[in-house]
Amino acid sequence: MALGEGHQRFIQTMMVRGIVNEQDAKTLHRHCCEVHREHYVSDKLEEFIQVINSKLEPMNMRIRTRSSEDDGTQYFALVNTANTELTRMSSDYADNELELFRRTLDLIMTSDSSTASSTDILNSADSLQTRKLTKSAAECLLKRLVFDDWLVEKRGDYSLSTRCVMEMEPYIRTMYDEEQVKVCSVCHCLAFKCQICANPLCTVKIHYPCAVKYFKKKPIQKCPGCSELWPNKVRECRQSGSQRHR
Amino acid sequence: MTHRKSSAKRSASVMEEDDDDSRLTQPSTSQVQKGTEKLTKAQIDEKTTELVQYFLVKDQKKLPVRRAEIVKNVLKEYKNVFQEIMNGAQQRFEQVFGLKVVEIDAKNHVYILINKLEPVEGDQRINSSNPKTGLLFVILSLVYMKGGVIPEGLVWNTLKKMQVDPGEKHQEFGDVKKLVTDEFVRQRYLEYTKIPHTEPVKYEFSWGQRAEVEISKLKILKFLGELHNQDPQRWSQQYKEATGQASASMSQPSTSTQR
Repeated sequence: MALGEGHQRFIQTMMVRGIVNEQDAKTLHRHCCEVHREHYVSDKLEEFIQVINSKLEPMNMRIRTRSSEDDGTQYFALVNTANTELTRMSSDYADNELELFRRTLDLIMTSDSSTASSTDILNSADSLQTRKLTKSAAECLLKRLVFDDWLVEKRGDYSLSTRCVMEMEPYIRTMYDEEQVKVCSVCHCLAFKCQICANPLCTVKIHYPCAVKYFKKKPIQKCPGCSELWPNKVRECRQSGSQRHR
Repeated sequence: MTHRKSSAKRSASVMEEDDDDSRLTQPSTSQVQKGTEKLTKAQIDEKTTELVQYFLVKDQKKLPVRRAEIVKNVLKEYKNVFQEIMNGAQQRFEQVFGLKVVEIDAKNHVYILINKLEPVEGDQRINSSNPKTGLLFVILSLVYMKGGVIPEGLVWNTLKKMQVDPGEKHQEFGDVKKLVTDEFVRQRYLEYTKIPHTEPVKYEFSWGQRAEVEISKLKILKFLGELHNQDPQRWSQQYKEATGQASASMSQPSTSTQR
């Protein structure tokens, strides 16, 4: 059975945009239903996407949702679910550029703060096995990776964008050891920016926005893993990250 | 004879007039069957999925796909079932993505994806429009209104009037000349060909195969009409051709859908 044209238009827009925030997804949902005179129910976006995913999944694709690690707002991205290689990037970047991206990913995965400093990234540009990148070429590449929304830069430190995490999740889970892949104990998604349990024997990590939600209903903040007191500050965060993805 | 008639092999074969004949043809048909029999439905589906993804990656850059590269990069040892896998991919594009696979070059077997859904007002608000598309539209309009084939100088002069200098790096388009003569050409929106017997060599522009199937000439006229505050019918010759194209493409889906 074919998908309705409204659903098809939604997929097409997602293919162009890659990722949209919740607000845009809602606008798009409405637009697609109206253009094709399909029944529109404003709070049925989730069901709308489920219908799409039932058709995309046999083709190893789906529209995945993920909360921003900064403010908890939802994002929707069209991703490849079977990707254990960096296929999505391979048409835009040369071999040595992809290698530098992999090195950056290594640095991010092994750092406690899930960031990589520009100095460390530029240093590894010298020792690429495919083909060396000059410092200025590597700097250009980093700018491009930020522009194309794979990396986010803050004061010289690079981290993975929300879209990148959504796309790369299968890749990250296959390429890295279990200890390196941090997972939020509340939402079970990959965790990069997160709070860590103070108990050195406990491995629990929780996203900031997830911690807010989780501890809201609890009279005492205790780690869901070891029941020690959760010493991190948990405060309501602002919903301001929606500007990050145009 | 009667014994053979009841055999399972017999019922599977279509022609039974002559026993000698069926005996002769049997080995070859079973060999062919062996080739496809080895492939389960799951294997066919997997290759079809790979082909769909291959097309989508290429389409992000609007690049056409050749049959030879499909065989080399995707199908490999499955090349004898090319048509079956291609049909499957075609069906998925139409039913799930609202896209259509079109063969733009039957000799070299070159395919592109075109959109089955009409662009509508409001798409743009959500779908930040690509400035390159605007530039392309200007060039296609110019070529079309000037009779279909124009010397390159005319294109460069027109762009210069719009503050887009092919000799300078443009803020939005980068290397304008490369974009127009390389990227748009590879995407098959434009053709850029040598004018014979010119010294020094000169080039001319015409519409590429993708533009012919993807872009409505009527829409170009309407766009120009709005731009110049004119009735598109004013350009009677082009209007006639464009409306002819529109009605031809209207009847197209019923004839070109393969089931």
